[in-house]
Amino acid sequence: MNETLLSVRNLKTWFSVGKDTVRAVDGISFDVAKGETFALLGESGCGKSMTSLSIMQLVPQPAGKIVNGEILLEGEDLLNLPESGMRSVRGNRVAMIFQEPMTSLNPVLTVGQQIGESLLRHKGLKRAAARSQVLELLAAVGIPAPENRIDEYPHQLSGGMKQRVMIAIALAGEPDLLIADEPTTALDVTIQAQVLQLLRDLQKETGMAILLITHDLGVVSEMADRVAVMYAGQIVEQASREQFFADPKHPYSRKLFDSLPDMQKRDQPLEVIKGSVPSLSQTFTGCRFEGRCDYAWTPCREQVPEWQQMAVGHEMRCFRANGELLAQWPEVVKVAPEKTQPLQVITAQKPLLQVNDLKVHFPIRKGFLKRITGYVYAVDGLDLQIKPGRTLALVGESGCGKTTVGKAILQLNRPTAGEVLFEGEDLVHLSGEKLRKRRRDFQVIFQDPFSSMNPRMMIGDIIEEGMIAQGVAGNAQQRSARVDVLLEQVGLSVEMRNRYPHEFSGGQRQRVCIARALAVEPKLIVCDEPTSALDVSVQAQILNLLKELQIEHHLSYLFITHNISVVAYLAHEVIVMYLGRIVERGKVEDVLENPVHPYTQALLAAVPIIDQKRKQEVVQLEGDIPSPISPPSGCYFHPRCPRVMPVCSEQYPGSIDLADGHSAHCHLLNG
Amino acid sequence: MSIMPVLLWTDALLFLLLLAIVFAVFYARGKEHLAAPWRQVMRSRMGVASMLVLLIYVCIGLLDSIHYRQALPNQDNVGEQHYSAEVLSLLDVLMGPIKTNVETTYSAPFATHAFSRETQLLPNGQQERIYPRLKYAGNHLQDPQADRLADILSRSMMAVLSGLLGLLVLALLLVLWLSKRQSKSFKKTLLLMMSGRTEVPWRVVLLTLGVMLVLLSWCAFLGRYYHILGTDKVGQDVFYLAMKSVRTGLLIGTLTTLVMLPFAILLGIMAGYLRGWVDDVVQYLYTTLSSIPGVLLIAAAVLMLQVYIANHPELFETDAARADLRLLFLCIILGITSWTGLCRILRGEAMKLRQMEYIEAAVAFGVGKGKIISRHILPNVMHIVMITIVLDFSGLVLAEAVLSYVGVGVDPSMHSWGNMINGARLEMAREPMVWWSLLAAFIFMFVLVLAANLFSDAVRDAFDPRLRK
Repeated sequence: MNETLLSVRNLKTWFSVGKDTVRAVDGISFDVAKGETFALLGESGCGKSMTSLSIMQLVPQPAGKIVNGEILLEGEDLLNLPESGMRSVRGNRVAMIFQEPMTSLNPVLTVGQQIGESLLRHKGLKRAAARSQVLELLAAVGIPAPENRIDEYPHQLSGGMKQRVMIAIALAGEPDLLIADEPTTALDVTIQAQVLQLLRDLQKETGMAILLITHDLGVVSEMADRVAVMYAGQIVEQASREQFFADPKHPYSRKLFDSLPDMQKRDQPLEVIKGSVPSLSQTFTGCRFEGRCDYAWTPCREQVPEWQQMAVGHEMRCFRANGELLAQWPEVVKVAPEKTQPLQVITAQKPLLQVNDLKVHFPIRKGFLKRITGYVYAVDGLDLQIKPGRTLALVGESGCGKTTVGKAILQLNRPTAGEVLFEGEDLVHLSGEKLRKRRRDFQVIFQDPFSSMNPRMMIGDIIEEGMIAQGVAGNAQQRSARVDVLLEQVGLSVEMRNRYPHEFSGGQRQRVCIARALAVEPKLIVCDEPTSALDVSVQAQILNLLKELQIEHHLSYLFITHNISVVAYLAHEVIVMYLGRIVERGKVEDVLENPVHPYTQALLAAVPIIDQKRKQEVVQLEGDIPSPISPPSGCYFHPRCPRVMPVCSEQYPGSIDLADGHSAHCHLLNG
Repeated sequence: MSIMPVLLWTDALLFLLLLAIVFAVFYARGKEHLAAPWRQVMRSRMGVASMLVLLIYVCIGLLDSIHYRQALPNQDNVGEQHYSAEVLSLLDVLMGPIKTNVETTYSAPFATHAFSRETQLLPNGQQERIYPRLKYAGNHLQDPQADRLADILSRSMMAVLSGLLGLLVLALLLVLWLSKRQSKSFKKTLLLMMSGRTEVPWRVVLLTLGVMLVLLSWCAFLGRYYHILGTDKVGQDVFYLAMKSVRTGLLIGTLTTLVMLPFAILLGIMAGYLRGWVDDVVQYLYTTLSSIPGVLLIAAAVLMLQVYIANHPELFETDAARADLRLLFLCIILGITSWTGLCRILRGEAMKLRQMEYIEAAVAFGVGKGKIISRHILPNVMHIVMITIVLDFSGLVLAEAVLSYVGVGVDPSMHSWGNMINGARLEMAREPMVWWSLLAAFIFMFVLVLAANLFSDAVRDAFDPRLRK
């Protein structure tokens, strides 16, 4: 088992950007043994994807260049192979699957043709032989009824299915090594669990090695045999999974763990890594992490740390690996994180927002006269309420209608039916000038900080826009002063107001979005997945900021997310949605620790857990979310429910109250 | 001699446009986010070079837009002062002999003899078919056959030298000004400039200016004595015709775009952003309009105008005013028929943009529809507008040629590249071929369109925030 399959030695991939040379990958070495899963963990921009592209020799030309190193596949240096030689390696011995299954498949070819192409190239199979092989492959990656699916086009498949097809294509050449570049990042947790399980099963069957590239500690913990952590183009720590998760040594690795939100950290701010990743176009004279490290000391600044072994199979690039130095290391004064004061909640308070029986149905129009032929039941009868200063989390997988709920409350999409009472006033029946004035009280923060700001406006103008529209904060001078205050409040400097959005990192942009929302002094902010496009360490900063602001301004949040650990950290109440309806609701402790609905249970179980000891029994869901155009009869969840009963397909279960505001829609609770 | 200034419709519009541009420049100077991209244009070598070339075209066009009529000599000094029916422009004055040296018919570039044989009566009474000497070109030479080349060379040398001298003076002034402004020593500024390490690429500016100056002085030196691009059928200097056509080309390009832009931008964005019935109406409009052959529509409109002009001669004092109205009308009708393409693109772009989260965020702030369109959508489609303008610009200059061919283009009395190319149709069919009209029109159009393209590239790069450093 321990035979080395792939050995990367001192690989350097550099990019020339204008006059600068960006050292995206700067001297990394690692080995992948046959049949093992080796995880490359790191945040965006650390060079992990570039490493995988270098192995495949798919580095974007002519900007990128592999300037040094060896990539030995069973002793043969791939870098010496000509392009024609590489073609027989790609797909045949080393295959790759990408993050985005939506764009990795050609939309005008059927699934069968795309897999067949790979079979023809690597095995010379044609027609009937190829077709039967394709069917076998589709069955192997767990696609139900492969005979029907083989002639379908990519758009007819769901995201999870597409990723399975991608895996089938990768498997067609029976590779020795599968490079999986963030294979599940674009997928929902329940689908992610399915795909990860599939990869594990396939590995067991075929004995291939997997090079897993990911930013998700949970996925690493579930999948990897060995882990390498990348930072700024270098590997900073490498260990077996057990060693790594039991005792991460490098300060950066530790910070990654500490910045993960969870239930235990609710009352304190999350650990954050100060500063940002250094520019890779400079030459480093010291440790790359020095500027952001809590332990930074004189040698860190003066010398580049060497690669050192601490235990068998546990190595890192840090002076603290050196026992002698560690003994002399100055004491780090660590300020214990301040306990944030829990909010004073007056229980009898009237809700700020009360939503009753909200329905949003989108008509489907067809034909020349655009007649309505059906509806997408995006949200179908939803009640919720938020009290001042509280956070309600709306949890569910993509397509469950949670974003639509947010937009309907904001009156960006007008609801089909129901009422949205904001401080007792029904927003659904407001329009024109009245609604425009009212918009001041409820604001929104979007998921993608890249598309949520006009690229042609300066930050200052972006923040000011809402104030002008709502006529708050007085004249131009006062508004300008308020922009400065807001920028400082969200942790940005005042000089940044004359810059454009593209000059900022993702985290900074999200701060600007928060400042923009705060500018009109809203009472409620709808946060639509505000951290899901961000790295873990940046996510921690944003979550801290949101929490601070909530206490300071007594804000209410409607927090729309699929990330359970963020919910556990931030929310007071939770609503779990499935296909436009609520399946379970209650206080965050009740729902997350004691879920009663089978869907909630499955959803929670599907979340990759870092601490393998806490691992619960896996309730794996089969299949995908049904289409909201024709939801299943009875309980919407019954086709996927592991504990389905005859009554489930007949009628939709009513709300059943448990204790203290905890309720669920499930027939199981009736009896 | 007294003169009467004449303001044609297109002159007025052109100066209005110029005024708007000057105003826009002053406005942009105060706004950092608008000034910065323009500074970047000034820093790109291609940007300044192409801008200088464009500026020279614009200068020629502007000089040609200052019109006046000369007073006719008044015999008895009583009664009304009469003015000549011919409308002259400042350019005509500057070109002086190049305009007035009119031969009888075709002559090749730098020729001293006519292009075709003529029957001449010899002193001895016999008739002979010879190539006659030209009336003006080369008439200072004793023996054209022997002296022509040497004369051209020596005059060219003079021209190049004086051009370079002019450049030197300009360069010195520039260095002086720069060293004063940046309070550096003269030598240091000069060194910096020559090594090309200044922020604005002054070296490129001087190089472009130098090429232009040398060319201009060459034309000026030789144009007096020769027809540097030959003469046309009626003996007019082709170089003069090509220079006069600059104004027509610029006007067709800019005025048409000005007419077209409001339709395209307003309707396109409204359709894409507001959707609903507005979208239906706009779509119906442009689908209908673009299914009618454009040439037919233009022909119908221009012919109607022609009839109107013919029936109301009292409205027009001069031929120039008549030709000018026809040009203006052509610009308007071209504009009305050509907005559909851009409108369609903008509608699609606006539909894409309205889904963007920053638009939704603006809606969530209660920002009005008009404001969303003007602040969020318009700036984000401006690069498309800019590219379309430049591409259309060259297309319109060509369209003018095609329409002249059909006979519904600019007035035949108006100088335009289209008319020149149209005339070249017959000239090219001659044996030996008369090629210089076409070549002249080609060179002038090509340089203009190329410069406009390069300039728009530089502008677009500067205004695209994703490309900016």
